[in-house]
Amino acid sequence: MLSRAACSTSRRLVPALGALGSRQKHSLPDLPYDYGALEPHINAQIMQLHHSKHHAAYVSNLNVAEEKYREALEKGDVTAQIALQPALKFNGGGHINHSIFWTNLSPQGGGEPKGLIPLLGIDVWEHAYYLQYKNVRPDYLKAIWNVINWENVTARYTACSK
Amino acid sequence: MLSRAACSTSRRLVPALGALGSRQKHSLPDLPYDYGALEPHINAQIMQLHHSKHHAAYVSNLNVAEEKYREALEKGDVTAQIALQPALKFNGGGHINHSIFWTNLSPQGGGEPKGELLEAIKRDFGSFAKFKEKLTAVSVGVQGSGWGWLGFNKEQGRLQIAACSNQDPLQGTTGLIPLLGIDVWEHAYYLQYKNVRPDYLKAIWNVINWENVTARYTACSK
Repeated sequence: MLSRAACSTSRRLVPALGALGSRQKHSLPDLPYDYGALEPHINAQIMQLHHSKHHAAYVSNLNVAEEKYREALEKGDVTAQIALQPALKFNGGGHINHSIFWTNLSPQGGGEPKGLIPLLGIDVWEHAYYLQYKNVRPDYLKAIWNVINWENVTARYTACSK
Repeated sequence: MLSRAACSTSRRLVPALGALGSRQKHSLPDLPYDYGALEPHINAQIMQLHHSKHHAAYVSNLNVAEEKYREALEKGDVTAQIALQPALKFNGGGHINHSIFWTNLSPQGGGEPKGELLEAIKRDFGSFAKFKEKLTAVSVGVQGSGWGWLGFNKEQGRLQIAACSNQDPLQGTTGLIPLLGIDVWEHAYYLQYKNVRPDYLKAIWNVINWENVTARYTACSK
């Protein structure tokens, strides 16, 4: 289940119950800023590929897997359900993780949090940094702190610590 | 333990027994060709980073982990030994895998194998085309970082295709003898092919060194 802070940007509104009888698919959330907005810390080419290709593929493949899972459920096919679990975990996890990640970053980010302890993800798949930082993951880690959106991270903590 | 085909290039000669009482460290094997030799299929920038940074780091970190492991062994510290296992598997696997990989590629590569290996491929996969399609699909389908492999199942006397995660070495993980590995970590292709792993897979078939793959097959299938 996607956290509240992200879910409004990643699902279209569910139609009135019973209207169509079919659930809405997952959709790629819009990035809250332009692809080039996090430069020079994370370049535009990375942001564009990362969002419009990698995250988009997780969303697309998640929808396919969920559809197959629904069919397996309806047939009572437990073997098929179990076989679909890795795809659901991988693509579902990818969608969840990246939906959070985009909101964890901001062109106005950086600095230090005030008060509460944040909840924050750092993507260290090579596609998240390689075009700019090559094999030097530590340099990417140094840079990303300049764009952490502490408002968002704090909001997540507030929402979950009640 | 590195396979015979690779080990002569990756270790300096071991000194006479008892001479120093210390074992030689692992070392980065030289690439058998220039960094630009596999262009346009795999570009020079990738080859240089891949060999001189990524593989070099596995070698360096493996040596550090082995040194720590030796100390833990001497102290009888089992907890420390177990704690070191992931680093040994990751860096040791990375060193093994890449040492094989560089020999699996060649600027004179491509085409199809001949002779016994081709016959074995036809026997175990139906045709070379079907084998190529299957290894491609398995390699493209690796979730995250890992490798696609053509391996030899010694027990059953047949070729087998398998995928491994991260730097898990094929033989240590599955028992299969590694013949041909396809690195699908993003660092192996991203600078050139971006997110389009299938294009990298299409291209790499042009530089597969079938002589080397055949030599590995011959060595393990006796």
